[in-house]
Amino acid sequence: MTITLIFLALLMGIVVTWLVKQSINSQPWAEVGVIDNDNPNGPVFIGSKKVFLGGLLAVLTSLFMLFFSAYRIRMEYPDWVPLDDPQILWVNSVLLILASIFYQQAKNAAQRNKEGGIRVGLILAGMFTFCFLYGQLWAWQQIHDQGLFIYSNPANAFFYVLTGLHALHIIGGLWVWARSTAKVWLGAQADDVKSSVDLCTLYWHFLLVLWLIMFYLLLST
Amino acid sequence: MAHAAIADKGQELSHPHSWITKYVWSQDHKVIGIQYIIVATLVGIIALFMSGMMRLQLGFPGEFTFLEPNEYYQFVTMHGMIMIVFMLTAFFLGGFGNLLIPLMCGARDMVFPYMNMLSFWVYLLSVLVLIAGFFVPGGTTGAGWTLYPPQAITGGTPGGDWGILVMCISLALFVVAFTMGGLNYLTTTLQARTRGLTLMRLPLTVWGIVMATILGLLAFPALFVSVIMMSLDNMLGTSFFMPAISEMGVTSDHTGGSPILFQHLFWFFGHPEVYIVALPMFGIASDLISTHARKNIFGYRMMVWAIVAIGGLSFVVWAHHMYVSGMNPYFGFLFATTTLIIAVPTALKVYNWVLTLWEGDIHLTVPMLFAIGFVFTFIHGGITGLFLGNVVVDVPLSDTYFVVGHFHMVMGVSPFLVVFGGIYHWYPKFTGRMLNNTLGKAHFWITFLGTYAIYLPMHYIGILGVPRRYYANGVTDFMPDSVASINASITVAALIVGSAQLIFIYNLIVSLMKPKDAPSNPWNATSLEWRTPETPPRHGNWSDELPTVYRWAYAYSVPGAEKDFIPQDVPPSAATGNK
Repeated sequence: MTITLIFLALLMGIVVTWLVKQSINSQPWAEVGVIDNDNPNGPVFIGSKKVFLGGLLAVLTSLFMLFFSAYRIRMEYPDWVPLDDPQILWVNSVLLILASIFYQQAKNAAQRNKEGGIRVGLILAGMFTFCFLYGQLWAWQQIHDQGLFIYSNPANAFFYVLTGLHALHIIGGLWVWARSTAKVWLGAQADDVKSSVDLCTLYWHFLLVLWLIMFYLLLST
Repeated sequence: MAHAAIADKGQELSHPHSWITKYVWSQDHKVIGIQYIIVATLVGIIALFMSGMMRLQLGFPGEFTFLEPNEYYQFVTMHGMIMIVFMLTAFFLGGFGNLLIPLMCGARDMVFPYMNMLSFWVYLLSVLVLIAGFFVPGGTTGAGWTLYPPQAITGGTPGGDWGILVMCISLALFVVAFTMGGLNYLTTTLQARTRGLTLMRLPLTVWGIVMATILGLLAFPALFVSVIMMSLDNMLGTSFFMPAISEMGVTSDHTGGSPILFQHLFWFFGHPEVYIVALPMFGIASDLISTHARKNIFGYRMMVWAIVAIGGLSFVVWAHHMYVSGMNPYFGFLFATTTLIIAVPTALKVYNWVLTLWEGDIHLTVPMLFAIGFVFTFIHGGITGLFLGNVVVDVPLSDTYFVVGHFHMVMGVSPFLVVFGGIYHWYPKFTGRMLNNTLGKAHFWITFLGTYAIYLPMHYIGILGVPRRYYANGVTDFMPDSVASINASITVAALIVGSAQLIFIYNLIVSLMKPKDAPSNPWNATSLEWRTPETPPRHGNWSDELPTVYRWAYAYSVPGAEKDFIPQDVPPSAATGNK
């Protein structure tokens, strides 16, 4: 559970630091009058969707950190037989890195109002993401063909569950990706998709970091 | 659909055009809040009925034959899980959270109303799946609300096959529903506050609910992880938690999983869950006490920091539930220490409530009675919690009725008193009708005194060593004969308290049948929800313009002011009546 506690300590640190900035000098009982955005104690608005995504990423981090903690605890037991991770996972990692890079490129293009750049970035990011998913499926198939089923060993079970859950989150992201891509394809302006491209980029980077940690964990056994 | 802009730029509010979209597939936070409250109450009544059945068995063993041992354990499990997760969490966060957050923030609705609606429907689905457990082969799980493996899955435990699976699915759905709702509360509070409403001007109710939401968002994934892995152990034969086990002479396929791992994950959710219920009740109690004592809340800033500190500390105490599972003594010391440290901010809150009451102009209204009653029961529950936080005391008392008494005082009676106080307080705003005062007071006194008659003796029999979870105590040397008569008296008190809730239901029904009679601000309160142009507030809450906030939510008995309260949206010049 140490992994989870470290994550929580970091998160609480962020929350407390932010709250200190919001309130350390505030004496609400003594302050009468309107406090606007211009005021140092005033409310900070950064956009609902961004806050929502930030909250969602915190939830997902907690979810995966708990799985990682469980993985570390469970692997200490004598019945754990380390999995010989398929080599395709290295290729998949590169594919996901490329997807993330091209999403970043789409985001940069959106900031410069270049619809062409957004289109290319989105299509390539989507393409590499689909390839990653296919690669993960291929990895499953390889392990399955070796007779390593989910019930064969806890290491296998964790492999299927963790990669499956990660893939599900990617599929969820692809739904938003599909909407943005369709919009751009139908001639939408950069402003119309800027927000969703921005948020999706953050989501893709998050899933990439998550995958890299997960891949390290899988390899470390 | 017609649309109107809400406080949060770029978001839109959809107006219903039919009965279905107004009351069923509603996106209005108030309707969704009431939907949550209705479902939580109905499922809570089922859990209350089960506790009555269990008490009859314990109080008069052998005289009633409607509960077999298996059913008793199934009732224990369902009663606990329903009350903690599906009733109290849903009531405080889904119910009060939905009703109050947008109004107290001066917003027109939650920032994502459609997702808010989905949150309720997924919650309802989780409740229906849970109830479906009664009808699957073998019935609901009887593993206890902690669902510990391996007993949760093995054949000797009722519901070890289908029942536990249905429970896991139901909990996973609940987590999904909670996440959708929780992200909405967080975003709405951070992004949709009206002009002038800084975080430090928010009522403590909002602080309590939002901090509980943050705890839930981070802790519920642990429950999700547990139930996913438990389901896989059950369905696909994995060995995350299930050890190598031989059952009825047959060796299972499980290879040696870790039940302790489950306990870590479960209590990582389970202990913050206590505060997911407690923090909203702290917030609501603070607002009730301040309003009905006509006095600003003592130490507002300290109260906010106490809520944050409790939230943070609640994540590093989980293993005090596992002292009896066996633990490295150094870890035992660590968790005992953090458990006791959490008493500091909690005690601060109690002192502040008492100091708010001190020399206040106390109006003994029904909401105030319930709030003061809560302070009493919470102090009792909290102090016995200190006993149990110590390893050396916890180990002998852990499996006795002492824990049942402590737990019900702090997590059963206290939150329910606040729930009732909150309902009596806000009911006029959301229905336009006043509840009968005399009936309310009768409801309070029977409930408050009755619960003491139930739970104080439980502490006593716990110290005598009477074990909990037993279907029947039988004849034992260490138990004096008085235990049987104490158990009978507890049962009688429990039945009286349970029946007294009919007074409340009668009060609700009668009030709903009479014409609207509630003024827009019957308690002369200061927070924004009382300042809507209409009572009950219409869809969108406010008129064309959102309110502007000029002060905090506790401007009571301000020297020089015309009245003993100044609502948050009253400009400074108008507050003194231009004297």
